[in-house]
Amino acid sequence: MPDALTTLAAFAGTGLKLHRRELLGSVAFLLIGGTAIGRAGSLPWRPLAGSPPSPIGKEQWAFFTPAEGAAVEALVDRLVPPDPDTPGGKDAGCAVFIDRQLAGPYGRRAGLYLSPPFIKGTKQQGPQEADGPAVRYRKALAALDQYCRKDKGGAFASLSEADKDAIIGGLESGKAKLDGVDGQAFFELLLKNAQEGFFADPIYGGNRDMCSWRMIGFPGARYDYRDWVSRHNERYPHPPVSIMGRAEWTVHKA
Amino acid sequence: MAQKLPRKDVAIIGLGWTGSILAHELTDEGLDVVAIERGPWRDAPTDFPTTYVQDELRYRIRHELFLRPEQLTFTFRNKMSEQALPIRTWGAFMPMNGVGGGGVHWNAETWRFLPSDFVLKTHLTQRYGAKFLPQDMTIQDWGVTYDDLEPHYDQFEYLCGTSGAAGNLKGQILEGGNPFEGQRSRPYPNPPQPQPFSHTLFAKAARELGYKPFPQPSGNMSQAYTNPLGVRLGPCTYCGFCEWFGCGNYSKASPQTTILPVLVRKSNFSYRAECEVTRINVDASGKRATGVTFVDSSGKEWEQPADLVILAAFTIFNVHLLLMSGIGKPYDPVANQGVIGRNFTHQTVSDVVGFFDKDKFNFNPFIASGAIGMCIDEFNGDNFDHGPLGFVGGGYMGQVQTGGRPIQTTHVPSGTPRWGAKWKTAVKDNYLSTVTPGTGVHGSFYSYRDIYLDLDPLYKDRFGRPLMRMTIDFHDNEIKQNAYLTDKFAGIIKAMGARQIEKQYRKAPYDVTKYQTTHLNGGAIMGTDPTTSALNRYLQSWDVPNLFVMGATAFPQNAGYNPTGTVGALAYWAAAAIRTQYLKSPGPLVHA
Amino acid sequence: MREKLARWIAGAAIASSIFVAAAGAGDKAGTSLDPQNFGQIERGRYLAIVGDCASCHNAPGGQPYAGGRPIETPFGVVIGANITPDPETGIGAWSDAAFVRALREGKGDHGQFLYPAMPYPYYTKLTERDALAIRAYLNTVKPVHNAVISNKLPFPFDIREGMAAWNTLYFKSGEFKPDPTKSATWNRGAYLVEGLGHCGACHTPKTRLGGDDRAHALQGYALQGWFAPNITNDRERGLGGWSVADIAAYLKAGHTAVTAATGIMGEEIALASSHMTDADLAAIATYLKALPGQTSSPPPALSASDPRMIAGAAIYLDNCSACHGPDGKGVPFLFPSLAGSPNIRSTDPATLVRIVIEGARSVATDKEPTSPGMPSFAWKLNDDQAAAVLTYVRNSWGASAPPVDPHDVEQARARAAMAATGR
Repeated sequence: MPDALTTLAAFAGTGLKLHRRELLGSVAFLLIGGTAIGRAGSLPWRPLAGSPPSPIGKEQWAFFTPAEGAAVEALVDRLVPPDPDTPGGKDAGCAVFIDRQLAGPYGRRAGLYLSPPFIKGTKQQGPQEADGPAVRYRKALAALDQYCRKDKGGAFASLSEADKDAIIGGLESGKAKLDGVDGQAFFELLLKNAQEGFFADPIYGGNRDMCSWRMIGFPGARYDYRDWVSRHNERYPHPPVSIMGRAEWTVHKA
Repeated sequence: MAQKLPRKDVAIIGLGWTGSILAHELTDEGLDVVAIERGPWRDAPTDFPTTYVQDELRYRIRHELFLRPEQLTFTFRNKMSEQALPIRTWGAFMPMNGVGGGGVHWNAETWRFLPSDFVLKTHLTQRYGAKFLPQDMTIQDWGVTYDDLEPHYDQFEYLCGTSGAAGNLKGQILEGGNPFEGQRSRPYPNPPQPQPFSHTLFAKAARELGYKPFPQPSGNMSQAYTNPLGVRLGPCTYCGFCEWFGCGNYSKASPQTTILPVLVRKSNFSYRAECEVTRINVDASGKRATGVTFVDSSGKEWEQPADLVILAAFTIFNVHLLLMSGIGKPYDPVANQGVIGRNFTHQTVSDVVGFFDKDKFNFNPFIASGAIGMCIDEFNGDNFDHGPLGFVGGGYMGQVQTGGRPIQTTHVPSGTPRWGAKWKTAVKDNYLSTVTPGTGVHGSFYSYRDIYLDLDPLYKDRFGRPLMRMTIDFHDNEIKQNAYLTDKFAGIIKAMGARQIEKQYRKAPYDVTKYQTTHLNGGAIMGTDPTTSALNRYLQSWDVPNLFVMGATAFPQNAGYNPTGTVGALAYWAAAAIRTQYLKSPGPLVHA
Repeated sequence: MREKLARWIAGAAIASSIFVAAAGAGDKAGTSLDPQNFGQIERGRYLAIVGDCASCHNAPGGQPYAGGRPIETPFGVVIGANITPDPETGIGAWSDAAFVRALREGKGDHGQFLYPAMPYPYYTKLTERDALAIRAYLNTVKPVHNAVISNKLPFPFDIREGMAAWNTLYFKSGEFKPDPTKSATWNRGAYLVEGLGHCGACHTPKTRLGGDDRAHALQGYALQGWFAPNITNDRERGLGGWSVADIAAYLKAGHTAVTAATGIMGEEIALASSHMTDADLAAIATYLKALPGQTSSPPPALSASDPRMIAGAAIYLDNCSACHGPDGKGVPFLFPSLAGSPNIRSTDPATLVRIVIEGARSVATDKEPTSPGMPSFAWKLNDDQAAAVLTYVRNSWGASAPPVDPHDVEQARARAAMAATGR
């Protein structure tokens, strides 16, 4: 990145309309090589600072193939079944959530320690798999599909609810053995991710319209409860709000 | 080849709590100070603003504010007979990274240790006899007393605006405070925070059982506050996104909200962020630090010469750096010799979950702050007779629930299926009427011969240096202590009116995947004897007199409290010794 | 004259170890320069701070007064000149008379017209004494060799002779004449505000040709994406609700219990007014408080059932209340009070919109070092929502002001994005 002096000199030479004071305010650091040095004076700041989240909509699958997506939708819809009051995992977007997570840094274990050797240790030594979540899902869904076709005669998504529940229960207990894949470990991972998707902020693709928050009475991304701390045993009246807002923020034009 | 920078009076490694305190104190003394911080600059409006910090997935589940294990991690095993394996993703503790360190994302529980904690070996031996202590327990006296530190506890609390109710004011026991605390010279700088429903109900139940509950000392402001440096903090708004998160509205004590605005204005202070110190350099004699070597964000190596080096990174990073720099004799548990790595400890915590009738109890668990809570101290330290019980140690306990963030706080009674329609209904029926204290029992973790830190023989960091290896497990003493405390705690939760309680005892083996606070301590402890301690009573290295090592690294064992209050007090204590003694006459302050 | 001189020396004295020459010694009415007259130099240093010369004349990257900084004007860019004593590229070779003429007449050393980015229409009020004191101080600054071509304006503005006509319209040359019917404090305040302080350069609206609209002096002006507010004693939109002490405290510390300075004013406070004497700040405040408010009455507040108010209330509760409070009162010295704020009611909401879009860092001074910041809402609120919440705030807690147009938000966004990419 060019240093402040060069940048300013360049603009001075071209005579472009410049926002002098903005430039002044934005160059809070002096960059020498790759080292950021804080000079005495002010706390660093620049306009538009921050790293806000990018909300996820429901576009195409970013990671899953259509068949994998259908299977995961069916799985999460049994882990969190629909009922008259609250959508199930599928309509809540849990599969979309998992899809985007696997397509992103979580799926490839960005930031984790991935140096070999990968040696299986005790349970309390934590995960030592060579494969990250994205690879594990891919392998497990393939093995699950194979298992379902052999055991029940069709892909998981095509089975009856009872059959689906039986298979999930089999994965949970370890009785359903998947070829080359630890089915029990996959179940734990899937359950964790599905519930994360169900309860996380809707910006991540799940918990659509804050359905889980409405279900339990969690007000979401609120930040001020001063008026409520001492109001004991009273129902909190305000609807939940996501980081990206709620319906009431929309200005209804006459 | 490292490029040499102009000499500074003081080089501080790490710009967290202790780095900021020492930088402030030593710049006030007129010294030219540079702080070198491995992580990035952090501040509320730019890094954890109220616009998007309320994100459980991002900060609590995906650990965004913490060190990436890829950058540095540790290996772990329970027993010396096992092979240690890398901690590939954090679990049992969460190492911080960045300016402000753990002070950014702690929950601000600000305790003082008991007077007996500082003379633990002597005290327990006198009361119960030497044979009462397990043979391989290596607890020690600290070399400082509570009375030595009291003015500095006070200093840290007033820096932070700690909200609380004094229990022992100059020897007078006051109603509503902790009757077991050491005597304090002044009341807290802020009144205690108002408590939500379940916390208040816990206190009522505790009182009815004959205990003396009191509000947890809190670094969340109960009201707007201006600290002695002239820095202003705002009132806490009970958002329920406290520990793991930065505070978006200046109401949690941190280096950012208490010191840094004043510190950065001083012309004799500068800092370098995203620069990792890889070595403390010593001269040929090995007895004098000449400065530090660090790597900047583009990978370039630099040398920062300095007359005085303050090691102020987190505990386990302090120990790692000492080992990397060859300062102090590494600990060998078999030979029982050496000091760097010995007396490594964590915390013994457990919980009791209470399920209440949803038609009678609405706790609004999302209304909370990081250090909210009503606690009792009857079972901490040696506040109770251990004679008939067969263990030593203890901890505070309380309803200290800090929020109701749904990914982690949707508990269902055991026996409920973990998925499906019944699970969903149970979640819905229990969310608002469940008490989940979190670290409801917060017990001590004493030190043992076979719990220690050393260098791993196999796994390396990104510079090719050996990772540090943790060998840690629970001993019977702590398991017994926890069982006893958990049962007592369960009694209070039940007395609150729970229809069903679930005790979650802490059990061996120590599990590195289960979060148990980030209160890792020891490894380069303070003491009076250089053969069993790395630092003297002023946190000065016995081996290298112009090196001082801050933090809970100095704790010979962990007490039944959160460590930060004591960490802050020790930092001010050491700073005072440097200012009034060391600078006048550099050299060892204690001759063993 | 001597009495006034003594008062001005006392007013300008800053505690230091510099020996202050007795009044009059080697300084006959101050109309000559004596390099040994440390009193004159110190007074000049103080006056250079009051005039905030550094803001425009410091080189980017720090060399004091060495020039090179681009300055945005409505007509294009001019570059701050090198005013160090360097004989070739600075003003070292200038005579004292030429320096004084530059400050007070807007003429360069070859008689060329200067552009009023150099605020000579204000500095004309300087006494010769004060102008020479500034010269004496600048003579002590480190000479820096830095050739600066100031004139970067596009055709036809780059023709300096064009300034002759402009000066006829907008430049009234002449030293400040104290008003004998007013107090010494008021006169000092007038001298500073209308002269060296050049407050009107930002706070007075301009005509199309960039001259001051004197009829609306100090009633607010939109520049560089901000709205410099009304600083007359107007009750609704100016300083009518502030005391003299409030104003002086704001200028000194950058913060009062109810407000905080940011942006260009924050910079001004950090570089200039926080270093001024309490007496001078009180004088400025006295003068401003004596400027009559305007008679226009505010519009009636928008009805709470207006869709913008309904949405704005929800957005405020969810986003703003945690700092600014459900009652808009904020937290003293930390989060400004929106309730009762004249800035909130400004006719031009540019500053409000900019702060919501970009975020803001309030100024840090020795008295108030905390400098709390507000986050950026650019990604979180769309144009309608940002306009709605500002409209809500402008029409709540007893206030009323015209609603904010979403188009203003769009423009602020574009401006911020432009600045961020440096184009």
